[in-house]
Amino acid sequence: MSSHSPGEMMTVAASRALSDGDRCFVGIGKPSTAANLARRTHAPGLVLVYESGTIGAKPDRLPLSIGDGVLAETADAVVSVPEIFNYWLQPGRIDVGFLGAAQLDRFANINTTVIGDDYANPAVRLPGAGGAPEIAASCREVIVIVPHSRRTFVPRVDFVTSFGFGAGAGDRERHGLRGRGPQLVVTDLGMLAPDPETCELTLTHLHPGVTLDEVHAATGWDLRVAPGLRTTEAPTDTELSVLRALEGQEG
Amino acid sequence: MAEITTLAEAVARLVHDGDTVALEGFTHLIPVAAGHEIIRQGRRDLTLVRMTPDIVYDQLIGAGCARKLVFSWAGNPGVGSLHRFRDAAQHGWPVPLEIEEHSHAGMANRYAAGAAGLPFAVLRGYTGTDLPGRTATIAPITCPFTGEVLTAVPALNPDVAIVHAQRADRHGNVQLWGITGVHKEVVLASRTSLVTVEEIVDELAPRPGAIVLPGWAITCVAEVPGGARPSYAMGYYERDNAYYRSWDAISRDRDAFTTWLRTEVR
Repeated sequence: MSSHSPGEMMTVAASRALSDGDRCFVGIGKPSTAANLARRTHAPGLVLVYESGTIGAKPDRLPLSIGDGVLAETADAVVSVPEIFNYWLQPGRIDVGFLGAAQLDRFANINTTVIGDDYANPAVRLPGAGGAPEIAASCREVIVIVPHSRRTFVPRVDFVTSFGFGAGAGDRERHGLRGRGPQLVVTDLGMLAPDPETCELTLTHLHPGVTLDEVHAATGWDLRVAPGLRTTEAPTDTELSVLRALEGQEG
Repeated sequence: MAEITTLAEAVARLVHDGDTVALEGFTHLIPVAAGHEIIRQGRRDLTLVRMTPDIVYDQLIGAGCARKLVFSWAGNPGVGSLHRFRDAAQHGWPVPLEIEEHSHAGMANRYAAGAAGLPFAVLRGYTGTDLPGRTATIAPITCPFTGEVLTAVPALNPDVAIVHAQRADRHGNVQLWGITGVHKEVVLASRTSLVTVEEIVDELAPRPGAIVLPGWAITCVAEVPGGARPSYAMGYYERDNAYYRSWDAISRDRDAFTTWLRTEVR
């Protein structure tokens, strides 16, 4: 077996979470890399939907942006931005939404807006919401890909840009949200999933070679470990070679 | 019928200090040359509206044209932050920048309501997030038929919409294809509009699936070949990804940006 980097493990693990035939709303960066890897390996029928309005894109290289020409040229349909959100995302036609995060908390709420308590005078101004709040609200489920560190894994996000489970079980229902919310968080150290009772994120998998202590040290709250903690299967030679070929071609 | 004019004349006629101006283009067909013309003409106190303020808005903000930004995602797509935007929002350089922040779905629906001549739009979004608490133009609304609580956002009706397209004829009828973003909505929502095009032709060849904005719905059309660079115009040229990457270093530093502005735009 080839050796792999933590970043490669993260991308491969996220790609495996996508099933053949899923309709997947993809953001640029790791989500796009993972989704394109899945389409080239175990999920050739994966339907890639980008918020630029390209539905069923089949890019032969990784797009640099969500509006890359290669997405429009290879798509089943190209629609306007109001249409992609109103007709395709909002009614629940998308199975999986794939999101990143600048901050993520124990109830999988996501911040991509500001770091710091003062919205008007933030310590760091981030890009903002984009399509994420509605992706988090309306996709059947959400997968979050995020590097694992205390800067990112905070007890409570500074700003809720995209709703995970709010303050815990029952909160999504109280807000009338139709999707099931974040069902998987993939990091460079392991994988987390919401506890079925409390919706608090719990560690379900450690990636090969990673220790529990490392994960605790990189998490800003007292992270619970799910019963039957498992080790993620290392990337196969095929997964790694396809991933490396993809990343080598980036536009 | 749209008036065929030059870029400089169109900007001088349509864009005034204090106006609300929307330059749109969702990665594709971004009217960059028109943004640079606004900088050259020294417009001030603009309320700039754009779903995805990218490097042309970083340039307008850094040049001191903007008082306020209405947006849903501000970044250099695939690269990182907009440093001139951050400098203005966090440190008030060169002038303080007020922000009004939405999601993509919220902005798209605000344009659609504006185009439809309605006062507001309704969407099932924003729920549970901190955005409604920070943005006055997001409010809950109860469906009169089902009682479901949804979100209302007011129509956006800019003074001027500026977009880029592939081609137009001499009557100002516009053909565009590929990723069409909110081109149609922003032009129809705005009081006046400018469409810059790669070329003006005597007659438009029919092109199945192309969106056509009829000339009578547009105020001005200007021929500006390469007017979307470094973004792209499908069928004419590719996105200059290297330029987007190189912008990061130029924009990070106030002096490097000022030099860029002096040598490349003014």
